[in-house]
Amino acid sequence: MNRSGDLIWTDDPPFSQNAKQAVHNSQLRRNVRNATATIRQRRAGLVAETPDWQELRHAGAAIKDDVLHHLDTYLTEFEQNATANGAHVHWAHDATQATAIVADLIKETGNTEVIKVKSMATQEIGLVEALKHQGITAHETDLAELIIQLSHDKPSHIVVPALHRNRAEIRRIFLDHMPDAPQDLTDDPHALAEAARLHLRRLFLKTKTAISGANFAIAETGGLLVAESEGNGRMCLTLPDTLISVVGIEKLIPTFKDLEVFLQLLPRSATGERMNPYNSIWTGVTENDGPQSVHIVLLDNGRTNALKDGTGRQALRCIRCAACLNVCPVYERTGGHAYGATYPGPIGAILTPLMVGVEHAPQLPFASSLCGACYEVCPVEIDIPTVLVKLRHDAVKAKPHKTEDATFAAAARAMSGRRRWTAALKAAKAMRLIRHSAPPPLSRWTRTRDLPAPPTEPFREWWKKRDR
Amino acid sequence: MRVALFATCLIDALFPDAGKATVQVLERLGLHPEFPLEQTCCGQMHTNSGYFEPTLVERYVHTFEPYDAIVAPSASCVGAIRHQHAMIARAANDETLANRAQQTANKTFELSQFLVDVLHTDDVGAYFPHRVTYHPTCHSLRMLKVGDSPTRLLKNVRGIELIDLPRSDECCGFGGTFSIKNPDVSAAMLADKMEAVIETNAEVLCAGDRSCLMHIGGGLERIRAGIRTLHLAEILASTDGQ
Repeated sequence: MNRSGDLIWTDDPPFSQNAKQAVHNSQLRRNVRNATATIRQRRAGLVAETPDWQELRHAGAAIKDDVLHHLDTYLTEFEQNATANGAHVHWAHDATQATAIVADLIKETGNTEVIKVKSMATQEIGLVEALKHQGITAHETDLAELIIQLSHDKPSHIVVPALHRNRAEIRRIFLDHMPDAPQDLTDDPHALAEAARLHLRRLFLKTKTAISGANFAIAETGGLLVAESEGNGRMCLTLPDTLISVVGIEKLIPTFKDLEVFLQLLPRSATGERMNPYNSIWTGVTENDGPQSVHIVLLDNGRTNALKDGTGRQALRCIRCAACLNVCPVYERTGGHAYGATYPGPIGAILTPLMVGVEHAPQLPFASSLCGACYEVCPVEIDIPTVLVKLRHDAVKAKPHKTEDATFAAAARAMSGRRRWTAALKAAKAMRLIRHSAPPPLSRWTRTRDLPAPPTEPFREWWKKRDR
Repeated sequence: MRVALFATCLIDALFPDAGKATVQVLERLGLHPEFPLEQTCCGQMHTNSGYFEPTLVERYVHTFEPYDAIVAPSASCVGAIRHQHAMIARAANDETLANRAQQTANKTFELSQFLVDVLHTDDVGAYFPHRVTYHPTCHSLRMLKVGDSPTRLLKNVRGIELIDLPRSDECCGFGGTFSIKNPDVSAAMLADKMEAVIETNAEVLCAGDRSCLMHIGGGLERIRAGIRTLHLAEILASTDGQ
């Protein structure tokens, strides 16, 4: 494992190759199309009924920008308040450190099995895999994460990890990989949920250590919040003796009151609900109530790299709602795995290269048509298209691309003056010969599209004659 | 008002009819647009492919800053001028160029915006007796936010039968070099856009960007859909005599 964990799936082919496969996968296409359309519609309805939606977005962006601007202060404030309330705060520079801290804490408990709340931070550091190497079994308890774990798959969506699966496939996964699944299991959603519930209930009752992430870390109180839909999170956060939470350093909000903004933005954007069914907040240890050993691992893992980038740092406002995935025409046609990264979709296409360095994810900023639908829905106003363009610039500078660099340089030269440009326009006529079948790389266009028939004369020739 | 036409490199090179139509519409409204021959390209293709070219920004600014207003028949080029030119100058640490670029950008208008917001007209006296559907390109819709200006102009065209395009706010999959770098995803997006266009039973697909129309039109031509593409300016330029 590399030091940044599972942020990028290093063995994966580049996006364009993955995408080429994905667009032909009819089952995947239909599953992703249906699921994203459903969430998209629900979100749109709720946003329409929220009159101050744009003000909420401004507020969300402003609060997060304040946090990022004063991250050092808020982090220390959070640590002090969490510690004062009985939590143990640990600092992890990267995935290797974070997983080691968590593994050691679990070993101290003497347990070899832990239960897990769905968390992107633990996903990004490859925690479950890392614990496995240390002889510790971590059970995912979120329904979708359970489906992914049972089928040795990877999440394809930030909020709905098994979005690429339909219920017939889920039934098959349960029957094949969940020993206590009833043999007469149907693909009725209630039956599937019930089978998972019974399977998980046994784990909740016997497991003494839990791992979570957090949606928000409140500097003012030292408290953490997990928002979820199924109640599995509440079980993990309350039943065990030991609770270890891995929290990205950008999850901070200054005050408890700031939740007013984010608990309106998040559920509407993420699942298309006015409120998450379960919002659990815990602040350190409460005597004789809930976990008595509470640990918080504050995780950098590339976040300070992103913070260094003046244009890109706005990506750290992200509250992981995945609204940008659900509206993205590219994501809708490729699904999440094509991105080869823990964070897929438009936000992943900027966040991943910002965190690991664009030289390690050079194709991701190009996995977008720059249509801007992501920016329009983002609850914290991350200007994803602008950051994508900035990262494309970084990618181009990071590594020479002989043919492409030469082509763009030639084009810029042709456009650098009136005489050169007028001469270049004459060459447009040659397009007539290749417009149904062009040589590479234009063949990538003509495989599915014709090129236009060139005109008898360019616009400027018409103008010059007319001007005379 | 001294008005310049920025034709855009694509229209200059491949789609002169959209440029001619823009001139006709502006002249019909009593303006005398100039076409400074020093113009080439706004640099959008370079920028969005990661190649920042401050020389193209400099050329645009130098060519157009003497004018009171610059009109371009392309939402995405105007978007690039308004939202990217100053950024490129700043990336090259040229604050002076950035300021000049922003000032020139502020008086650069996409055609429908210029007609509706600057000239305050939504009826240009056009006649076009055909069934038309309009695709609001991503950059008109979300970058420039031209709103209903293009459709207001189209609705006032005599004889036109304007049909709503289903799922019109979805990208056609062009995205400049995206169509070459990720041709399969681009083609999948195009297929859905073409299906929506065909569903309208329109004879003409209209948009404010020749680039997107080149993409959708190239697809429609390949499948022999028998639907032609026209730039908004070309419909607005049509009169009974033509």
